[in-house]
Amino acid sequence: MTAEQATKRAARPALVRVKGLHKRYVQRRAFSRSRFVVDALRNVDLELQPECLTALVGASGSGKSTLASCLAMLEKPDGGEIWFEGREISRCDARELIWLRPRIQMVFQDSAGALNPFFSAAQIVAEPLEVQRRESGRTLHQRACELMEEVGLSADWADRSPLEFSGGQRQRLAIARALALQPTLLILDESLSGLDLVTQAQILNLLADIRVTHSLTYLLITHDLSLVGQMADYIAVMHQGSIVEHGTRQRVFGSPQQAHTRKLLAATQDLESAFRAAQAEART
Amino acid sequence: MKSIPFGASSFDGVPGLLRVCQLSVSYASRGHSPVRALRQLDLEMAKGEVVGILGESGCGKSTLARSIIGLLPADARVDGSILFRNEELMGLPEKQLRRIRGAKISLVHQEPGLALSPVMRVGDQIAEVIRAHRSLARKTRKLEVESILREVRLADSGRIYAAYPHQLSGGELHRVAIAQALACRPDLIIADEPTRSLDVTVQAEILGVLRNLNQAFGTAILFITHNPALLAGFADRIAVMYAGRVVENGGGSKVFGRPLHPYTKGLLDLVPRSTRTEYSAAGSHLPAIPGGPPDLKSLNHGCAFEPRCAPKTEICRIENPEELTPEAGHRVSCFNHDR
Repeated sequence: MTAEQATKRAARPALVRVKGLHKRYVQRRAFSRSRFVVDALRNVDLELQPECLTALVGASGSGKSTLASCLAMLEKPDGGEIWFEGREISRCDARELIWLRPRIQMVFQDSAGALNPFFSAAQIVAEPLEVQRRESGRTLHQRACELMEEVGLSADWADRSPLEFSGGQRQRLAIARALALQPTLLILDESLSGLDLVTQAQILNLLADIRVTHSLTYLLITHDLSLVGQMADYIAVMHQGSIVEHGTRQRVFGSPQQAHTRKLLAATQDLESAFRAAQAEART
Repeated sequence: MKSIPFGASSFDGVPGLLRVCQLSVSYASRGHSPVRALRQLDLEMAKGEVVGILGESGCGKSTLARSIIGLLPADARVDGSILFRNEELMGLPEKQLRRIRGAKISLVHQEPGLALSPVMRVGDQIAEVIRAHRSLARKTRKLEVESILREVRLADSGRIYAAYPHQLSGGELHRVAIAQALACRPDLIIADEPTRSLDVTVQAEILGVLRNLNQAFGTAILFITHNPALLAGFADRIAVMYAGRVVENGGGSKVFGRPLHPYTKGLLDLVPRSTRTEYSAAGSHLPAIPGGPPDLKSLNHGCAFEPRCAPKTEICRIENPEELTPEAGHRVSCFNHDR
């Protein structure tokens, strides 16, 4: 991003603004009546800039997925506000959600579990269009094929079952389905975990391409900053239900403020510098 | 089956431990030609050596792991030879394989959470391995398990012993799986992407545990991964796999410092540079190798990497490259390795 573009973007209001978000789960222990509470989100504040990629990192159990579910309105927060395109959405009723749901789409980690194995690839992509009554009949199938080609899948594969696709291809299919309703916010919940490095890089490149064509804003949840860190505009670090650090990539990488962020970065960077050292040593 | 004289031919003159020779594995697929997961693969390992297998998903890494330990599905067609400590493992009766599996060669799975029984205490599951191979009194067995748990840096061995898998964290489960693999002091541990889906911090800890085992007991490790950064400073030798073959094989520093195969170069280019102070402009692209792994049902005569290769020439489409040795201890299968 050039400096000019950066200032232009910064001048626009944030697409999503989360203020003091709380979410508590009450769970019961197995075979016992005792209950215990988990404060999954504690006073979370977060802003997502339009047409930017924000990476949300943190160890497992830090509340990343809960935050994503609240943003995608799959969970109702217990307190706080979520503002999306200038509207408070955390307490919307079902009717308002019909308008809202297409605007915010989510791609999950395990796409094999998220895609119906009894559907063909084209049916999977077409389903949201059908549900929202955007397309029907022949144009529906045609639109599904267009979307598949947009994410780098051949339209010849429209009739295949998702089980015949590789992990990376299934993730592309899930992205095509999410794109069908022309959302503004795409939440990718650990969508790259479990894919090999080459596939991760290909998917990140795809995200960079469709960001331009569809003016998309991304929230990408990950526990591994290595590749994502290179593509992200903003990085938010989550720890025990709170956002402990949030800033541009340059700022977070360059001068991490929190001990937790430093620990997280060190683990990634140790591996990389060991690799660079091995390379340098071999070349001399 | 061919028999190959063993020992002197292994790398660097170190006595050999494992020699996989011309190994081919194919899986039947209904209505299609068979999937050729491994195609005449060669690999050797010396005693106490750490060998890293590097490759994308779908290149046959896991099939290689499973054929060495003799756990291929029943419908797999296997050909070739696997010599382990001068003993031919191929065609060995199941009874004798069981004597080796777990005791001499053991496997750490990708998802230890799925490999462990959910209804049995993890300590008992480790003890089970010992019981299968060594005759020890119950009490000494328990003491042995607790000392193994401490070796994999699970200090609170009493609690871990009595825990069920669901009560442990991901990192603890991985260490239990390593403890289980270690229980009988095997000569070879095969670690099949043992750090996949783990936090980076936990990943580093698991690598540390494996490195310690190698140094303390001289256990040879076959470490399977798709991330070159994990092998740095850890693997003595690196074998790069593509479409069921080893396409480059050499000492860790040689492969990292002077990669010869275009596929290896592509993989190494992807190791992130988040430590750099000057950052690539956002919106630019990562240097990803284009395309995906080839369809193993329909491979033609040429080099399997040809469709994705940048420096390819006319011959790559027609002929499959033979293995060359451009420098001592560094082999590559590519016509254009010197470009």
